[in-house]
Amino acid sequence: MGERTTTLANAPSLEERAYRIRRNALRMGEVQGQGYIAQALGVADVLAAAYFHALRYRPEDPEWEGRDRFLLSIGHYAIALYAVLIEAGIVPADELETYGTDDSRLPMSGMAAYTPGMEISGGSLGIGLGIAVGMCLGLKRKGSDRFVYNLMSDGELDEGPTWEAAMSAGHWKLGNLICLVDVNRMQADGPSTGVLNSEPLPEKWEAFGWHAQRVDGNDVGALVRAFDAARALEEPKPRVIICDTKMAKGVPFLETREKSHFMRVEQHEWAQALEALEAGRKA
Amino acid sequence: MRRAKRMPPGAQAPTAAEQAAEGGQLPGQPLKKRLTTSAMIASLASEGQRTKPAPFGHALVEVAKNRPEVVGMTADLGKYTDLHIFGREFPDRYYQMGMAEQNLMLAAGGMAHEGFVPFVTTYAVFASRRAYDFISQGIVEEGLNVKICCALPGLTTGYGPSHQATEDVAIFRGMPDLTIVDPCDALDTEQATRAIAAHDGPVYMRLLRGNVPLVLDEYDYSFELGKAKLVRDGADALVVSSGFMTMRALEAAKLLEADRVSVAVLHSPTIKPLDEEAILREARRGGRMVVVAENHSVIGGLGEAVAGTLLRAGVAPAAFRQVALPDAFLDAGALPTLHDRYGISAEAMARSMKSWM
Repeated sequence: MGERTTTLANAPSLEERAYRIRRNALRMGEVQGQGYIAQALGVADVLAAAYFHALRYRPEDPEWEGRDRFLLSIGHYAIALYAVLIEAGIVPADELETYGTDDSRLPMSGMAAYTPGMEISGGSLGIGLGIAVGMCLGLKRKGSDRFVYNLMSDGELDEGPTWEAAMSAGHWKLGNLICLVDVNRMQADGPSTGVLNSEPLPEKWEAFGWHAQRVDGNDVGALVRAFDAARALEEPKPRVIICDTKMAKGVPFLETREKSHFMRVEQHEWAQALEALEAGRKA
Repeated sequence: MRRAKRMPPGAQAPTAAEQAAEGGQLPGQPLKKRLTTSAMIASLASEGQRTKPAPFGHALVEVAKNRPEVVGMTADLGKYTDLHIFGREFPDRYYQMGMAEQNLMLAAGGMAHEGFVPFVTTYAVFASRRAYDFISQGIVEEGLNVKICCALPGLTTGYGPSHQATEDVAIFRGMPDLTIVDPCDALDTEQATRAIAAHDGPVYMRLLRGNVPLVLDEYDYSFELGKAKLVRDGADALVVSSGFMTMRALEAAKLLEADRVSVAVLHSPTIKPLDEEAILREARRGGRMVVVAENHSVIGGLGEAVAGTLLRAGVAPAAFRQVALPDAFLDAGALPTLHDRYGISAEAMARSMKSWM
């Protein structure tokens, strides 16, 4: 029972992990023919750095008390989390083809009771960070040194409770909280800047008492450095890593597609997408 | 249609509710002595009635002595929900979460994820109206062990609709898996606090705080989660009641004795899951009128829960009536005035029941 803390020398590179996460996501997307593919492709590097560099967990024991908690606030990103949970060996790979089908453990929106490794039922957007605050308070009460990671989207910054939680985390000086904001600038009704502009982001979080970093969320090296800095910070402050990502990253012909929030991919395009992804694979 | 501005005192046209209820001030009449609204939380105790201070706070302290996993969390209303008693005893287990009810509920869910049992307090209006989604998705959908204990249920403040949770039960009854408890008095509150702490699952409890009347110790009664108890028997009418309306029903029953009306009172402090067995058993006995009394709107509360139970079982009582608050945004004012105006004082309840016999 090994606690997986660092990338082993003989383990696949983080770039390769990200590639496999994207491949898993595309295969799941194909089951439905459409869905939150662009978000999954966009956030894959963040998840690779989280699950194969930063997080402590035991694949064979997803509820191990000593794990770092990883909350998926954005329930509809479940496809992305399943992709990484499969790569991490927490969800069996053969369940991939059940994604979003009746009686599957992999529903379209993440639910705690359905899936190993799914900590909360997200999806009512804006709820993850507040739950993370409570978990952080609870872990501190228990004297645990584990981190709580909350993955949220820039769209969730529209929600009031996000800022209630942000203020609360600053007030309680939750140094065991690391929030990951996936800034892909695309919401259900269109580009975030037109729906509700949430910039300037680092300044907002800092004003709420947070340590803020902003990185290219598709640059694995930059993500690793940001995770390391967030974990190593000694100041008793919650930490946020604002990750600027590109929707559908890794599949060029999907990156430019305008209707990307709930993307329709034609049947013949799935093979092309996998090929395009493969072409960009860094061995 | 937009609500019209009030007229000055004395020129005030009676509202529909006032016309329906007795005791309303009619225009042109000389002013009656007017009561003042008093503090946010007026005591429900009538003059000379026995009370106990902060039964919830003190009971929770007792529970927490043997349960280190019990924590208290509030949204800037510790003093107004008696949770400050717990905070005084266990300062490191008391979490002041600020005036942010959505975050309060989510953080309580997070605490429960980590194995703690949060007792969470705010006012009933804020839990039900403002924080509903966060209770639903942050706590109850996952079956987390959080106890949401809320002051000012129904009509227990004269501050008007912003603070009067007249529809909290209607709102929460729609939430699957949430246990709803509405204790009557200090004894009931203490026992219910212990019972919900022992129960593994999310609970919403309507909280009476401050100097809470003590009534049920005079009866052969103890609180059991999920059980309705016959507190008083009677041949002419069966009152099914929850919350302090059980106290009012017992007072009304005494008043009605003078008119030779014999009233049974079945106290049903657990509103969900409802003790349908006890309710059907009592409703089947001897063709009595069934009156449901609750400190809540006529819509969606105990009354409709009991009515549905009777209808589904094919039990038709001699008559079915509700003593409950009207489906309206209620007035501001002094509690005794308002309780009389809306028919939930003991006297008003007795008058109503007499007219129905």
